[in-house]
Parts: sequence; structure tokens; C-alpha cells
Amino acid sequence: MMAVPAIELSGIQKSFGSVHAVRGVSLAIAKGAITGIVGENGAGKSTLMSILYGLYRADAGEVRIDGQPMRMDNPHDAIAHGIGMVHQHFMLVDTFTVLENLVLGAEGGPLLAGGLAAARAELERLAREYGLSVNPDAKIADLSVGEQQRVEILKVLFRGAKILILDEPSAVLTPQETDQLFRILATLKERGVTIVLITHKLREIMAATDHVYVMRQGQIVADRRTAETNPEELAELMVGRKVRLQLDKAAPKSGEVLLSAEKLSLVDHRGVRLLDNIDLELRAGEIVGIAGVSGNGQTELLQVLSGIRRPTGGKLTVRGRVIDAHHPSDPAEMRTLGLAHVPEDRLRQGMVAAFHAWETSILGYQAQPPFCRNYLLDGPAVGRHCATLMDRFDVRPRAPALRSSNFSGGNQQKLVLAREMAQEPKVLLVGQPTRGVDIGAIEFIHRELVKSRDQGCAVLVVSVELDEILSLADRIVVMFAGRITGEVPAGRADERTLGLMMAGAHA
Amino acid sequence: MNGRRPLPAWAEIAVLPLVNIALAFITVGIIVRIIGVDPLHALQFLVVGAIGSSESIGYTLYYTTNFIFTGLAVAVAFHAGLFNIGGEGQAYIGGLGCGLAILAFDRYLPAPLMIPLAILAAALFGAAWAAVPAWLQAWRGSHIVITTIMFNFLAAALMVYLMVNVLIAPGSMTPQSRNFAASGKLPSMHDTLAAIGIQVAPSALNLSIVLAVLCCIGVWVFLWHTPWGYALRTMGHNPEAAVYGGTNLRHMTMLAMCISGGLAGFVGVNELMGVHQRIVLDFPAGYGFAGIAVALMGRSHPVGIVLAALLFGALQQGGAELAFEIPTITREMVVVIQGLIILFSGALVNMPRPWLQRLFTLRGS
Repeated sequence: MMAVPAIELSGIQKSFGSVHAVRGVSLAIAKGAITGIVGENGAGKSTLMSILYGLYRADAGEVRIDGQPMRMDNPHDAIAHGIGMVHQHFMLVDTFTVLENLVLGAEGGPLLAGGLAAARAELERLAREYGLSVNPDAKIADLSVGEQQRVEILKVLFRGAKILILDEPSAVLTPQETDQLFRILATLKERGVTIVLITHKLREIMAATDHVYVMRQGQIVADRRTAETNPEELAELMVGRKVRLQLDKAAPKSGEVLLSAEKLSLVDHRGVRLLDNIDLELRAGEIVGIAGVSGNGQTELLQVLSGIRRPTGGKLTVRGRVIDAHHPSDPAEMRTLGLAHVPEDRLRQGMVAAFHAWETSILGYQAQPPFCRNYLLDGPAVGRHCATLMDRFDVRPRAPALRSSNFSGGNQQKLVLAREMAQEPKVLLVGQPTRGVDIGAIEFIHRELVKSRDQGCAVLVVSVELDEILSLADRIVVMFAGRITGEVPAGRADERTLGLMMAGAHA
Repeated sequence: MNGRRPLPAWAEIAVLPLVNIALAFITVGIIVRIIGVDPLHALQFLVVGAIGSSESIGYTLYYTTNFIFTGLAVAVAFHAGLFNIGGEGQAYIGGLGCGLAILAFDRYLPAPLMIPLAILAAALFGAAWAAVPAWLQAWRGSHIVITTIMFNFLAAALMVYLMVNVLIAPGSMTPQSRNFAASGKLPSMHDTLAAIGIQVAPSALNLSIVLAVLCCIGVWVFLWHTPWGYALRTMGHNPEAAVYGGTNLRHMTMLAMCISGGLAGFVGVNELMGVHQRIVLDFPAGYGFAGIAVALMGRSHPVGIVLAALLFGALQQGGAELAFEIPTITREMVVVIQGLIILFSGALVNMPRPWLQRLFTLRGS
């Protein structure tokens, strides 16, 4: 017979207004094992875990911990029952030491010294027992992202957690750091810790978990032993139809150089070097992928290439126009040069949440015909344009008058991409093409990018998803700390070497 | 969250403001009761005073004209994400521009040339007065709320100086300019209507109200049907998206504030060219500030602003009558009433929203 599960959920329901986010979910998390929960964005994974962690209250259903029915009204209840959560975004005080962060909220008395000494002893014990070594006196700001995540895990263990929930833990890690994380999780498992891993990356599910639940539209649609399934099956279960994970594309036929950067640099007003002597060439008919851990200058590179920020050094040539510190450009001019830009953060940059979809569909092109004639916006023409974009890029629902914020992430992204591609650009810059986008839409977006490459467009893709870079790019450029640390043709790239370059080692 | 739905658009536009006004009037009623006046009696004087005769309607519309100008001024800046508190000063300086143009040319130009020139001067001066804080924000990072407030004081001080030392009519004891010549007078509404055979009682209402209606249409077309209005609204909602879309935020800040200041400047047209017939002190009389409440209540949309301006105009006119008819209700009491309306429809505008949402959710399920 089966042992009592660490966590048992039965018939969990949760609605937000008219949105039924979780519909009657029942699942059991085995003690001392790693259980994965996969699903697309909006499938209800995070809502479900927030219920377990006491952030939301379920409308119906029961939570049992070690067989005992429990009520989780807030995270304190969850912590008291040994549940700990490691969030995607770290909750650490940068200027505090590891030890100080550890005792935050559990100081153990009005004077810090006693608490700190006790914490130091406990930290040493945890480090020994779980193999989680961190210098207790190091400042958080001086630690790498992987080490910071280790501190987050320690924080949770320090509070006595026996059940660990990790929400998209690899989002900010290099492949090497991810492997390290999985080794830590394996050690924790050996010591009897129960682990729940929430992710949308199938590779990680296959690598780390013992058992996996698949969620779709607020329901559990399948549970599998990891050893008895494969990524193709999981993808199909997540999306509800067959998905091709491999992207078919012909060899690139690269032509003339359309964009080139020479010693391009950007120094901000505090004197921080954000971009450091970037040399880059973009040719017609090729896709260049920029790989790197988020925050290593990719955002700034896109800003400079698209004319949003002026470079402070070096020069940039876009289809013959030379841009440098003294001859800056702007996004409007870049558009006239045939450069289109799908920004990294569609909500903050690529669209206006409060605008109708038809208004979003002309952002940046509002002053040009056919949208503007005789100084007036041609409403019907813009409406027809938006409807055409929606048809061609399968944006759902097909409602030009709907507010932009009411579309799902994937459909917003398709709308922004459609807008930029409709201009038939010569150079296309794409930041995080599939962030927060479901698998079905990823497939579509990738195919469209390859299609526009085949029509002779020079495409630059910036992504923190290494898989995406590997499957899309013809040439891969790696960035670290504002510099380019390596360039490899896609055929000769593998995750290990790219990972080393992403961590700053020159190839 | 909490299972509450957002209000349907029609309720947002129509029901919410009405609930706010009703709450304000109930509060006013309680206060009026406390000072010993029958609230219904007072309300009757207020309503009759505002719309009881063609003369009172004329005055209500004359006040409404000012509120439309300043309400539109605040709204245009607001759509750009800018809080223009300087309508008062911009109206004042707009009036100065209007007056200077007339004093300079009224003896040489006929009315058909003089009037457009004076209107243009009002807009240019108002815009210029708004352009300075705009420039300070766009290039030097000084917050526009602070600078526009300070520019109200500067405008007031400048006008006192000019009126006492420079523009005062020779031999006059009061600080006001010489009278405008006939070509510098904007025809009154009763004269204009009489010319086409409609008789109405004389009032301060003049053709400025036509200008106000044209401004409403102009603002509506500009904001929602031109690429510049589109870019302006983009900046207001999401400056980063505006930059991405190729808008220069500095230039757009200047444009938005100049349009805003120009609209506020038209108060000078209504007051000086339409009524006083000379430059006087203190003619903006709080219209610039009330414009904030008008824009807030009118949801920064021209149609809403017209409705809100009508309410404020009626209160201004009806309130004056009320103070005249019931001695216990003083001029200050009328200001309290206006203040409460502004409080409920401005600062407390979102207070009844959860109640209404609950009501609509119940009804819907």
C-alpha cells in the first residue's frame, strides 16, 4: 500500500470574478520525492500553489498535510506546517549579509547578537547536512544569482520547512547553475525533503522530477511517472494537441550586411559601463541569437540598436545611416530605415494596456499612411488593418475594439509581432519573443520569424531561453556584463560551452 | 478581486458621477439644516436661481463657458499624464495677451480682424505661460505640479504690477486699463440673437460660448483622431511605450502644456472681451482651479466636461441667487457647497465604486 502523501489536495476550486482559475483539482505529492507541475501560462499552476501556501483561500476543496486536514489562511500557517516557498523573484535584502537575511523575520529576541549566533550554528548544520555551502558573512549583492537562490532555499529550510515549493527556479540561472540547483534538490530529496517544482520547461521536468502532473485550463489533465513519459507527450498534454518541438528550417542564405556595430558602448550617468565595445554584424537572411543571463546588457543593446538610447561610444550603421554619440537616431527614424523592434517587455513598452487593440496595432506607425491621411487618423482603415493582422497571426479573440490588456500574453505578443512584421522590415529586432507565451503560440511565433528570415530580413533575437536561441538562431552571440564573450555558428553550439560563456568565460 | 466585477462603461460614465453628486447634495442638505434653513427651500432657490429665467440661464451659461475652457485645459494635460495646476495663471496671462492685443490695435482694426487677433493673442499668451513650466519639466526635471502652482502666484504678482504701474488708464484711481473700443468687444448673446429675431433677457453671456463649443470639438478631434493626440495619450498612459513608438517626450510635454495653457487663456476672452471691456484684476476668480474638478468629474472627456461645467455654472449662478435670497446662507456658505461637490466628485470619486460594483455583481448573478 502507498504511504501517506506529504500533501493531498482534493476538489480545489478557485474563481476570480468570472474567471474559473482552478477547477476541482485533486493531487497527491509523495513524501521525500520531487514532484513536477507543468502547464502553460495561465493553466492555474501558480494559483494552485498560492492556495497551498496560504496566499489565496480556495472556494472549495480540502488540503491535507501528512493526512491531516489543514486550513491555510496565510503564509504563516503554511510555514508552521513545514511548507516553504522559493519565489521566482528573490526576496532578499541586497545590502545585508547572508546571515542577516536568514534571521529576517525570525530574529529571536530584541537583541540581534543572540539570534545571529544561533543562526550561524544552524546554518553550519544545514550546510553540512544538505551540502549547501554559502559564506554566512558575504553580502547578498556580492553573490552570484545561483548563490542567492541557495540563500533563498536556506532561508526556507532555516524556518524548518520539510516541503519545498520552487516556482520557476531556473528562470534566472545559467545552464550550469541550473544543473547545480538540481544536484542540490537531489541531495535535499535524499535527506527526506519533499519538493514541488513548478516550471514550463519540459527538459527540467525530465531531468529532475520523479512524478509529474500536467495542468491545462485549471485542471489536472494527466499525471505520469517521469520515467514513463517523454517531452513530446507532456507538450501534447499541456497544449491539448500535437506540438512540434523541433523547428524545421532550411540553411540560411545570408546576404549583405544591414546593421553593423563597431565598438558600440553605453555608459550611464553614474559611469557604469552597460555596453562595452560591442562588435556585431547582422546580415540579410539570417537570424542572430543573443544568449545570456538576463541583465547582462541585452536590454541596453536593444535600446541602442532601436534608437531609444544614444550610444556613448563607437558607431552603429543601419542600412547606410551612421549613428554615434554625436549623430543620434530615434525610434521614428529607425522605422523609416526599415528597422522594426518587438520589445522585450510588451506590456511596458510594446503596447498601451488601456488602448483598444486597434490602437495598439499602429503604435509607432500612427503618423504614416494609410493610418493617417490629411492629418487625421483613418479609424476604419486602422480597424481593417488590425483585423487583418489578427487574422494573419491568429490573435484571439478577433476583437479590434477589445482593450489590449484583456488579451492573454501570447495573443498580445502575436499582435505586437504582427504589427512589426506587417511593415515588412529589413531589420527585425526581437526581445524575448516568447516570454509568457504558451507553447502553441511559441511554435507559431518561431515559424513566423524563420519565414521573415527566408524573405531576406535580418533578424536579431534576444532571449534568456537557451533552448529558444538554439532552435532559432543561425549564429549565436553570447553576452556577459555588457560584453560579447563569444560567437558560435548554431551548428557547433552546445549548452555547455554557451553556459560557460554566459558565466563570463571567454571561448 | 473578491469576485467583484468592474463597472460597465455606461455606469462608469453616467451612474457614478450622479451618485457622487447626490451624496454631495445630501451632505450639503444636512449642513444647511444645521444652520436652520429648510434644505428643500434652499434647493428651490438654487435651482430657480440657476435656470428659472432666460436671464439666469444666460448667466449660468456664461459661467459654464469659463469652466469648459479650464476643464478642457486640465483634461488635455491630464491625457498626457501631466497635472496642470496652473490654469489660473494661464487664464490670467491669456487675458493679458487678449487685452494687450486689443489696446494696441482696437483703434485701427475692424471687429472681424480684431476679434480673431485678440483670441489668438489670448491663446498664445496662455500657452507661453504654460510653456515655461513645461520646459522646466521636460529639460530640467522640475515637477510640473510645483512649477505651475508657483506660476499662478507669479501671474498674479505680474498682473498687479502691470495694472498699477503700466496699464492703468491715465487719471484712473482703480487699477484697470482704458475701455476697449467697439471693435474689441465680443458681441453678447442677447444682441446676436436679437439680430436674428430671438428676444432673450440681457446677461453676461457672449459669443465665447461658441468658441468653447468649438474647443470641445477641437479637443475631441485632436485627442482621438489625430496621430499627435494618439501619441499624447500614449505618453499619458505609458511613457516608455511612447518613446518606443518614436515620440519625443520633451516635445510632446511642450505640445500638451501649450494646448492646455492656450485653452485656459480663453477665459480671458470670455471675461475681458466678452464682459469687462477692459483689463481688470482678479478676473480668473478661481476658474482655473475649479477646472481641475470639472475635468475630474467629466472624466477628461469633452462631453463629460460640458456636463460638469454646466453643473458648476449652475451652482455659481444659483449659489449667488441663494445667498441673495436667504441671508443666513452667505457667499462663503455657497463656496462650502461648491467645495463639497468638488470633494465628493473629485477626491472621493472612487468611494461609492465598491458599493456600485457589489450592486451590479448581485444584479448580474
